[in-house]
Amino acid sequence: MADFLLNALLAGLALALVAGPLGSFVVWRRMAYFGDTLSHAALLGVAIGLLLDVSPTLAVTLGCLLLALLLVTLQQRQPLAADTLLGILAPSTLSLGLVVLSFNHEVRIDLMGYLFGDLLAVGPTDLLWIVGGCALVLLTLLALWRPLLAITVHEQLAQVEGLPVAALRLCLVLLIALVIALAMKIVGVLLITSLLIIPAAAAQRHSRSPEQMAVTASALGVVAVCAGLSLSWFQDTPAGPSIVVAAAALFLLSLAIPKRRA
Amino acid sequence: MSDALIRLEGICVGFGGQTVLQDVQLSVNAGEIVTLIGPNGAGKTTLVRAVLGLLKPDSGTVWRQPKLRIGYMPQKLQVDATLPLSVLRFLRLVPGVNRPRALAALEEVGAPQVIDSPLQSISGGELQRVLLARALLREPELLVLDEPVQGVDVSGQAELYSLITRLRDRHGCGVLMVSHDLHLVMSTTDQVICLNRHVCCSGHPEQVSNDPVFVEMFGEDAKSLAVYHHRHDHGHDLHGSVVLGKPHVHGADCKHG
Repeated sequence: MADFLLNALLAGLALALVAGPLGSFVVWRRMAYFGDTLSHAALLGVAIGLLLDVSPTLAVTLGCLLLALLLVTLQQRQPLAADTLLGILAPSTLSLGLVVLSFNHEVRIDLMGYLFGDLLAVGPTDLLWIVGGCALVLLTLLALWRPLLAITVHEQLAQVEGLPVAALRLCLVLLIALVIALAMKIVGVLLITSLLIIPAAAAQRHSRSPEQMAVTASALGVVAVCAGLSLSWFQDTPAGPSIVVAAAALFLLSLAIPKRRA
Repeated sequence: MSDALIRLEGICVGFGGQTVLQDVQLSVNAGEIVTLIGPNGAGKTTLVRAVLGLLKPDSGTVWRQPKLRIGYMPQKLQVDATLPLSVLRFLRLVPGVNRPRALAALEEVGAPQVIDSPLQSISGGELQRVLLARALLREPELLVLDEPVQGVDVSGQAELYSLITRLRDRHGCGVLMVSHDLHLVMSTTDQVICLNRHVCCSGHPEQVSNDPVFVEMFGEDAKSLAVYHHRHDHGHDLHGSVVLGKPHVHGADCKHG
């Protein structure tokens, strides 16, 4: 197998594995739009990274984490509804990213790559970042699984029972931000959230426990990555969108399969 | 007052310039049942949140017995329909709970049959029992119940009340309960506190279970119900401010200006 294909496959699989449990939380806590906003802002991180001449991966990661903190603070401090706030921030940061990029005449960048991903261009350094980052997120999720589930079910009850609710909520947001930053190379800023929520949504109908849903979502994500990459390899389609199309097909399939009776 | 589990003094809370609680006192002793009543918007939930430590009062002190274990039963539980969660898994969100312990708690509240049902599919009455079971699994010293009989008919209410009394007797915990009914309270209540931004009046409910009219009305349920007679020496206008009908005589519990 060609090196670049192996890199792409490993990066995609790492992301799919972590997207299962993390995407489940995004679905349960209705944070899809939140993820969308973060991912749109990732492009601004790229632009600033290029402007300041630091590594785009580092700039995007820091940018996403900072914006996540900003969003959490803003949501608590101002009267606008959360979706209005996100609806303002998502296109604004994306546009600002595009505007800042246009100032930079010296570096020619592949805008399509950032918007829709450039999985086949994942190099060894990228791969190290992605696998390491995904492992970190997965381990954190595993360690905090029960408390995170408890605050998802009932925040006040969890707080009375002694869980640090605000810290846990922030932690989940930062994990999402980190995964979005890592996933940008794979599916691009416009498609990242789909990779988080489509496998989880597909797994939801046929799961009877949170854990089953998370694991099934990971498995479906792995299938989508393999199917999407195959399509891309044999039919020369763009890799990121092919993976999303495969995931969407799996979701439709999950709707077609009759629900098991409990 | 050495056996007080929790003691609140001079609690004042305001939201956006509106006073919600003004100079409220409350204490719950071990083994004591305190029922909090009051009209909508009286600040009952706000006071409970202060007791639970979910809200910091603008002024006043909240004292809790060190390491007090609180079992809390929220008013409602809305779990997103996309989260596949069985009753057992819900109860196991409390650390250290396994199936036998969860089953024992469910048996105690009379709902062992729902243990494997999805949380979103059980009835309102069953859900209340499940929430009570979760509070019990914490082995609480203080049980805080926010409108535990909301939306339950009188006979269901009476059943839940006698269950709560049995649980108090067995576990020896203090109980702070918010009731939606202004007059009909649990007969084993030691103290009723009527709240309308401030403590309007407080006292012991009247045992009327021997009253033939009462028994005729509620039948067997009469035993666990009692009537609370309000002793208000003032009224409230539409904004909730105190309006004195006659020259105001300050009572023992009366803390407003």
